[in-house]
Amino acid sequence: MTITITERPNQGGERSAVAVRHLRVTSVLRSEWIKLRSVRSTRWTLAAMAVLTIGIAIIAGATIPGRWATMTPAARLSFDPTKVSLRGLLFSQLVIGVLGILVMSAEYGTGTIRSTLAAVPNRPLVLAAKTVVFAAVAVVVSEVLAFAAFFVGQSLLTSPATHATLGQPGVLRAVAGGGLVVAVLGLFALGLAAIIRHTAGAITAYVGALLVLPIVIQALPTSINQPLGKFLPFNISSAMTRVHATVGPATSFSPWTGFALLCAYAVLALGVGGWLMVRRDA
Amino acid sequence: MIEVEGLTKKYQETVAVDDLSFRIDPGQVTGFLGPNGSGKSTTMRMIMGLDEPDAGTARINGRPYRSLGLPLREVGALLEAKAIHPGRSAFNHLLFLAASNDIPTSRVDEVLALVGLSGVAKKRAGKFSLGMGQRLGIAAALLGDPGVLLFDEPVNGLDPEGILWVRNLLKGLAAEGRTVLVSSHLMSEMALTADQLVVIGRGRLLSTGSVAAFIAESSGQFVRVRSPRADDLAEKLLAHDSRNVHVTREPDGTLSVSGLAADVIGDIAGSNGIHLHELSIQSASLEEAFMEMTRDSVEFSGELPTAFEERLPVTSSGSRE
Ligand SMILES: Nc1ncnc2c1ncn2[C@@H]1O[C@H](COP(=O)(O)OP(=O)(O)OP(=O)(O)O)[C@@H](O)[C@H]1O
Ligand SMILES: [Mg+2]
Repeated sequence: MTITITERPNQGGERSAVAVRHLRVTSVLRSEWIKLRSVRSTRWTLAAMAVLTIGIAIIAGATIPGRWATMTPAARLSFDPTKVSLRGLLFSQLVIGVLGILVMSAEYGTGTIRSTLAAVPNRPLVLAAKTVVFAAVAVVVSEVLAFAAFFVGQSLLTSPATHATLGQPGVLRAVAGGGLVVAVLGLFALGLAAIIRHTAGAITAYVGALLVLPIVIQALPTSINQPLGKFLPFNISSAMTRVHATVGPATSFSPWTGFALLCAYAVLALGVGGWLMVRRDA
Repeated sequence: MIEVEGLTKKYQETVAVDDLSFRIDPGQVTGFLGPNGSGKSTTMRMIMGLDEPDAGTARINGRPYRSLGLPLREVGALLEAKAIHPGRSAFNHLLFLAASNDIPTSRVDEVLALVGLSGVAKKRAGKFSLGMGQRLGIAAALLGDPGVLLFDEPVNGLDPEGILWVRNLLKGLAAEGRTVLVSSHLMSEMALTADQLVVIGRGRLLSTGSVAAFIAESSGQFVRVRSPRADDLAEKLLAHDSRNVHVTREPDGTLSVSGLAADVIGDIAGSNGIHLHELSIQSASLEEAFMEMTRDSVEFSGELPTAFEERLPVTSSGSRE
């Protein structure tokens, strides 16, 4: 067997032909993009997100006009067509979390992380590139799905049921913001996976934060659960997609305050994840 | 060139690598030899900047791995654990690595052809056989056309044809002036592949030097003698030349004699009227020499009955009775 290698091996690291001799951020981003698009789990999870989000908007939109007659006047009055059509985003939050986790944990689970870090020893750069690429995909997909769910849902909410338009106050915020919440939760999940490194463990933690924590806090006395509940992703997301103001004392932060808090969670998770990544053996 | 100085790594109570120092020069294949658990993979991970040493340094071309500009263009590695996502195709695995280090996509096709995986480039790596996975790992190592190469047990899972292919590949790479470090726990394999050896046991350096010197030093011959009057014979043999003759009594009652030729032993027995039931020349294989060297440092040795620990089993190259 003969070995044909086109270039001469570089002995002392001397290499004149290559102008740039260090890692470029754009190259690392491209590398992460290739990784993301080249595994099936990406396509499957995004497809699942689409089916759930649009599907639930269809089911909700299609059944409500028929039920309208049996709804109480109070229920009709507080009916929030925007929020109803965006109900599926809750499932999107779960699914995108799984994808965010896999982006990181699959590298550890399969050992790919060693190949990755051999190619790019700058660990914060690896995590940052992963985050940016995933964020771009997550924002685009989440926004497209949020708007699609909204339009599909509203088109089915025919008379006698009321429906919403983007021009009404708070509706555009609810739709666009609902999508952003999904994307940020995906980033939070990615950060969790950088900390936990195991797929199952990270998914457990994520689902715990999203769905189990609200139940636990709900079980606490009102004096405690009221101030604590505001901090839950569930309530932050709910406040974002709600157009009709609720009556009584505010049980959640304003939509954008809540969103800022959610971003802080994601930044914290990613920051801790990055810090651990530098300190721990691959 | 790879330089390792005082490298130490502890995992809780285990000292995986213990104050290890060596230098690997270009232009030759260096075998990194040690029994299971002796710290070969750990050392390689530290050289690659994947694991942080507790003490000491590892440098490639004079610099720590993490400060290499485009690492894949300077160092290529096949690491022990398969570092490949089973859902990703061989092509995409190499493509993302190439992209990160600004290596042209054409080079991906080149290395795939080089390792003979062109036909299955678009197949998911999870469907690959052990040998194909190993070839993909080798392709990844060669991707950046690096001057320094590390291979952790590259022949693991390969068939004889594959082993021969790897052997020639390593020699070819070294002949091109590259630094090639290849780990193994098989001395016999290294004897065929490597020029230089670094032998470790329990994370400590046991020996370095050329394979040729290692062979010359350690493949000592001895003579196995079986006799109903073994004790008498041992006495007579030692009396013949007590300084150079070495007699060991084996558990099965035979004598292992070194320092005396077989014909001399026969003559001594004959002149003393001692019957011989066996007189055969034995030569310890390289593997045995390696085992002898690392015996005190084997981490996971099978439990042997104490009687058998007196001497390691040897394979006969002479005639049996
Ligand atoms: N991540 C880890 N955590 C704890 N212990 C470890 C870890 N990695 C290695 N070890 C221990 O360090 C020692 C050296 O292991 P290493 O894998 O480096 O040996 P090796 O020479 O490559 O062995 P083999 O020939 O079996 O591949 C072993 O005792 C092993 O159990
Ligand atoms: Mg090993």
